[in-house]
Amino acid sequence: MNNIQKRRLYYVILFTLGLAISTAFILFALKKNINVFLTPSQVFQQNNFTDYHFRLGGLVKPGSILREKNGLGVQFVITDFKHDLTARYVGVLPDLFREGKGVIAEGSVNAQGIFIATQVLAKHDENYMPKNVYQEIRKNAA
Amino acid sequence: MIRLFGEISLIFALFCSLIQSVLPLLGHWRHHPYLSAFARPSALAQFIFILIAYILLTIAFTTNDFSIAYVAANSHASLPLMYRMTAVWGAHEGSILLWILILNAWTLATAMNDAPRNVALTLSILGLISFCFLCFLLLTSNPFLPTTGPQLGRDLNPLLQDPGFVIHPPMLYIGYVGFSVAFAMTMAALIRGQLDTAWAQLTRRFAVAAWCFLTLGITLGSWWAYRVLGWGGFWFWDPVENASLLPWLSGTALIHVLVLAEKRQTAKGWAALLALICFALSLLGTFLVRSGVLISAHTFANDPARGIFLLLLLAILITAALAVYVIRLPTFAKTEARPFFWLSRDTALMLNSGLLIVAMMTILLGTLYPLVLDAFHLGTISVGAPYFNSVMTPLVLIVMVFMGLGPLCRWEKQPIHLFVQQAAKNFFLGLITAISLLWSIMGQLDVIPVISLMLSIWIILSIVGSVRSLPGMSFAHTGFAIMVIGIMLSSFLSEERETRMHPGNAVDLGPYQFFFIDTKSVSGTNYRGIRANFDVVKNKHHVTNLYPEKRIYTVRDMVMTTVDIHPGVFRDLYIALGDPLSDDDWSVRIYYKPFMRWVWFGGVIMMLGGLLVILQRKENRAKRC
Repeated sequence: MNNIQKRRLYYVILFTLGLAISTAFILFALKKNINVFLTPSQVFQQNNFTDYHFRLGGLVKPGSILREKNGLGVQFVITDFKHDLTARYVGVLPDLFREGKGVIAEGSVNAQGIFIATQVLAKHDENYMPKNVYQEIRKNAA
Repeated sequence: MIRLFGEISLIFALFCSLIQSVLPLLGHWRHHPYLSAFARPSALAQFIFILIAYILLTIAFTTNDFSIAYVAANSHASLPLMYRMTAVWGAHEGSILLWILILNAWTLATAMNDAPRNVALTLSILGLISFCFLCFLLLTSNPFLPTTGPQLGRDLNPLLQDPGFVIHPPMLYIGYVGFSVAFAMTMAALIRGQLDTAWAQLTRRFAVAAWCFLTLGITLGSWWAYRVLGWGGFWFWDPVENASLLPWLSGTALIHVLVLAEKRQTAKGWAALLALICFALSLLGTFLVRSGVLISAHTFANDPARGIFLLLLLAILITAALAVYVIRLPTFAKTEARPFFWLSRDTALMLNSGLLIVAMMTILLGTLYPLVLDAFHLGTISVGAPYFNSVMTPLVLIVMVFMGLGPLCRWEKQPIHLFVQQAAKNFFLGLITAISLLWSIMGQLDVIPVISLMLSIWIILSIVGSVRSLPGMSFAHTGFAIMVIGIMLSSFLSEERETRMHPGNAVDLGPYQFFFIDTKSVSGTNYRGIRANFDVVKNKHHVTNLYPEKRIYTVRDMVMTTVDIHPGVFRDLYIALGDPLSDDDWSVRIYYKPFMRWVWFGGVIMMLGGLLVILQRKENRAKRC
């Protein structure tokens, strides 16, 4: 083997190794960290949702925001105009969280059928609306 | 008037870019020096026309000319002058104009630095890129379109009314676009059939310059996110942030591999491919940010036509470039190489570039995977921060191991036992320092902080021998180590509290007490709001007063949290006002973030390292002359 071939052999071995290791990493990490995005209607279509962690998207129903007397607990209704789902969150809400505006919350449904949000996402676009909610609304309007 | 002249100068610029791209290419093909001579003058003319268009748009913003739709959508008479001038790049159309202006500035720099016999071909490729983007600008996103009715202006997005925003986008764009020079030089060299030392030298100089700006741009962007978004974080793995990190990672690989190409005459094909990848990724970044396929803090306009145009552009340019690469590469395979040893800088640099590309691919996959699934209607999913954190942490640690070994290697064969001795010395010194430092700061030891602090010190120790010979590399590596220390310590030591507070209440956080004194109303030219007053006390000594605000920007009726931060070398104090609850109660978020500044300090040092590399090369050249 001459120098060039030797060098190439080393490089090819290194790259194959790197590729294998990284694929393993990626598959492992992707398996654990994907969030499925659902609308309230999709949640209602399937029962038995307890303990399943997902992202819920929709609009904050006007007049549904209820703040608790003490602490930072908030209850509100997420709707896609077909189905409503009550959500509860403890913490400071993002600036763009408003009645009638789009929202994405991450969390899971508890035994009482209330969506317990661990995170309410701060989507910084005033016109923001989740894509499939937008499609649903257009369908419902038509 | 401004509209008319603006459009005319853009059309002239389009014409110049056509001349700049077609004639020199024809000249090269037909061996016609007179045609090649068109390259420089037309590049200069194009730059002047673009500059005129850009200045006209700025004038339109400063004089509140709301007959232009773009100005009306992004400005308002009550907007402060500084933000009116920067509002030019506050949305899509102006950003693309700035993109083209920067491309032309880079083209001019190339025209002044490239070797006379090569310059025509390089300029013609840059002209081609400019032509494509001018078409894009004029056809889908003309900034000089008229308004339909009388307008008062819709004001600039309040998120962008921040000093961080004034310099962040230009720096980022200068970095992005700078890689197209490296791309153009590489393509020109491939077409000419000379991937020689001169090519590697010059391409490296421009790539390092672009890398400096990109580093600074990303650092500023993360500083902006920290100050403006109000969530105390500095990196959110937002797809748009990822889009800027992708060219940075491949650019870092490129500038390392170009060293090999220049000093060792090897890995030229790999270097050329990396230049191509960098350019493709900066185009992809532009596509991701500008097409509206992503929804994030940075996408403001959605227009499917733009996305399709950019995607087509990306596909055509990259396919053409790859075709040139594949056709031309076999002609370089036969160059003779020097003897090879596995324990050498060659291996270290190659390993490093491979790892960086792997890191780039994992981020690319996480960013594009949801988009691809959505495009084929396979469900809507999101890949969030946990994915990126769990993939990147081990990768960065592995990269750091090799960053500490690389500078210990030499170009030529070296005695292995000396190398092992040195490495072992650094390893134990790093380990002992890391453990004792962490023990004294935290009082406890976790695996990840110990490993990452040890590796940071291991990197800093490894460059001790090369501070004199390679100051740029030493600086950049130290900057990276400092940044890792900052990221790791701030994420492990930071404390936060979300709570309901009433004036007169106090909260303990870390060694500090925060007293909520009172609130009062404030108003600015284009907003009104409420300012709270917090007194911060440590061990019964007054530290500072913090004044976080809640603002309503009246034109857009948009609520904004304006945080107040007390920065320090060893800790940041950060208060964000939440929502007003009943009877003067507020929800408040308070953060105590140790070593926060180190993240950006490290980024700036990395950039300075890059600058040193450029300066040192100039000096070396002067000496040789």
